[in-house]
Amino acid sequence: MQQADAPPVISIRGLEKAYASGHRALNGVDLDIAPGEIFALLGPNGAGKTTLISIVCGLVTASAGAVTVGGHDIVRDYRRARALIGLVPQELHTDAFEPVRSTVAFSRGLFGRPADPKLIERLLRDLSLWDKRDAQIRELSGGMKRRVMIAKALAHEPRVLFLDEPTAGVDVELRRDMWALVRSLRGTGVTIILTTHYIEEAEEMADRVGVISGGELIVVEETAALMRKLGRKELTLHLAAPLAAVPPELADWNLELADDGRALRYRFDARAERTGVPSLLAGLARAGLSFTDLDTRQSSLEDIFVDLVRERRAA
Amino acid sequence: MSTFNSRGVWAIYRFEMHRFRRTVWTGLAVPVITTSLYFVVFGSAIGSRMQEVGGVDYGSFIVPGLIMLSLFNESIFNASFAIHMPRFTGTIYELLSAPLSAFETVLGYVGAAATKAVLVALVILGTANLFVDVEVAHPFLMLLFLLLVAVTFCLFGFIVGIWAKGFEQLQIIPLLIVTPLTFLGGAFYSIDMLPEPWRTITLFNPVVYLINGFRWTFFGTADVAAGVSLLVTAGFMLLCLGVIWWIFRTGYRLKA
Repeated sequence: MQQADAPPVISIRGLEKAYASGHRALNGVDLDIAPGEIFALLGPNGAGKTTLISIVCGLVTASAGAVTVGGHDIVRDYRRARALIGLVPQELHTDAFEPVRSTVAFSRGLFGRPADPKLIERLLRDLSLWDKRDAQIRELSGGMKRRVMIAKALAHEPRVLFLDEPTAGVDVELRRDMWALVRSLRGTGVTIILTTHYIEEAEEMADRVGVISGGELIVVEETAALMRKLGRKELTLHLAAPLAAVPPELADWNLELADDGRALRYRFDARAERTGVPSLLAGLARAGLSFTDLDTRQSSLEDIFVDLVRERRAA
Repeated sequence: MSTFNSRGVWAIYRFEMHRFRRTVWTGLAVPVITTSLYFVVFGSAIGSRMQEVGGVDYGSFIVPGLIMLSLFNESIFNASFAIHMPRFTGTIYELLSAPLSAFETVLGYVGAAATKAVLVALVILGTANLFVDVEVAHPFLMLLFLLLVAVTFCLFGFIVGIWAKGFEQLQIIPLLIVTPLTFLGGAFYSIDMLPEPWRTITLFNPVVYLINGFRWTFFGTADVAAGVSLLVTAGFMLLCLGVIWWIFRTGYRLKA
């Protein structure tokens, strides 16, 4: 559904935000989102993900910069811009006494759309809320409340959906339903922007990933390309007897000696067709080296940020 | 760019009226009981010693003041609670992200709060009729004045609801300022009964003008001219509108 040559549905230029406390949450962010794509904003807590979303949705006022949604400036033409957007915030913010169906219908009205009971029914059924349609929100479980918030965000049929940390503290079933929903929404051409601090989540869902850290977009790339770049693994072999140097017959693997010669470290791309691991183990046997234990480690988000930031500084 | 979002206003109005319907019995029983108590205490105890004020039976005389007292409190409470609640629960995110102008938002909340306040005022008027004869000299102007004061105090309540950092602060303004000013503003007596310099000092209390304007619509006479009352009410309304305009312009306690 992604239309690469169409004008961006969201265009962000030079966006900055300094809070009254002096904290600089965003430091000049530029970003274009193509219509119909699923975009993941990846970053640690406090990186500026929620601030970025909140500015686009009208909850926070930007200190500098401009944002357009569907070509409409979010300040000058806020009505048209906001009418296109649905937002599911990270925290569970719901009324207590409102029945499920009327709170969803309320959201549709708030966005200026005419009442449409059929659409609300379909939405509630899709989100497994139909049985609870007349229940007060306070009677629902946390997972159900989150479904209600999604239904509210979709009630006015937005063209762009923001999901802030959609799977934080969410059970497996809801997580699965959520992804099914995201995929079906994408099928209808809805653009989806989600924030997460799980690499796996970004990898699983997104067409493109933007990595944000310290209020700056460090990198924006197609998910597959980014994963090739970031998806490093490290194999550590704990040797039976310490080595003074890496044996010459193992030179092809670029091994590193660690732990005073008691361990060998090998970095490889876990997604490559040939990881080099089996041949390394065979080579080890040929060299007559035996090991007592081995472990592998996926590069963590922190490692990746450190690498990316270093790369940027060097460039 | 601007097409009036009437559906959004209506959604807020209906939401608020729905909230009112859930608590309709306490919402109406409280003012009815309070009014009855005032009549028992003021009407019977004091009224037996004070036959009339300026040619009006004392029991009837206090009716406009009593209605104003409730109208102030209801207006401030309804409107401040209505906007404070979404801030407290966090559901304000939806309001801020919706294609609604400041005017539309205020219209929805203040409209609903004023509707409730006027309904309560009319119920009190009805209750008062059970105790004393109340004749309204200018019924149309009475309703108009009721509406004007309700809207003004709902605007004021809206400001309080945005300013307040918690539910305690929500109570402070009505309890510490509005109720004392109402009691001292001639709700239950004519300020002409006060000795100087208290009478002159009382004229600086804006509530005097609101109560007397309203009383004029009942009896055709009051301590201050009806035109002055109207001017003071309108002035207070403009002041509130100005503050609300500033709140939405700066995002004070609404947007970071």
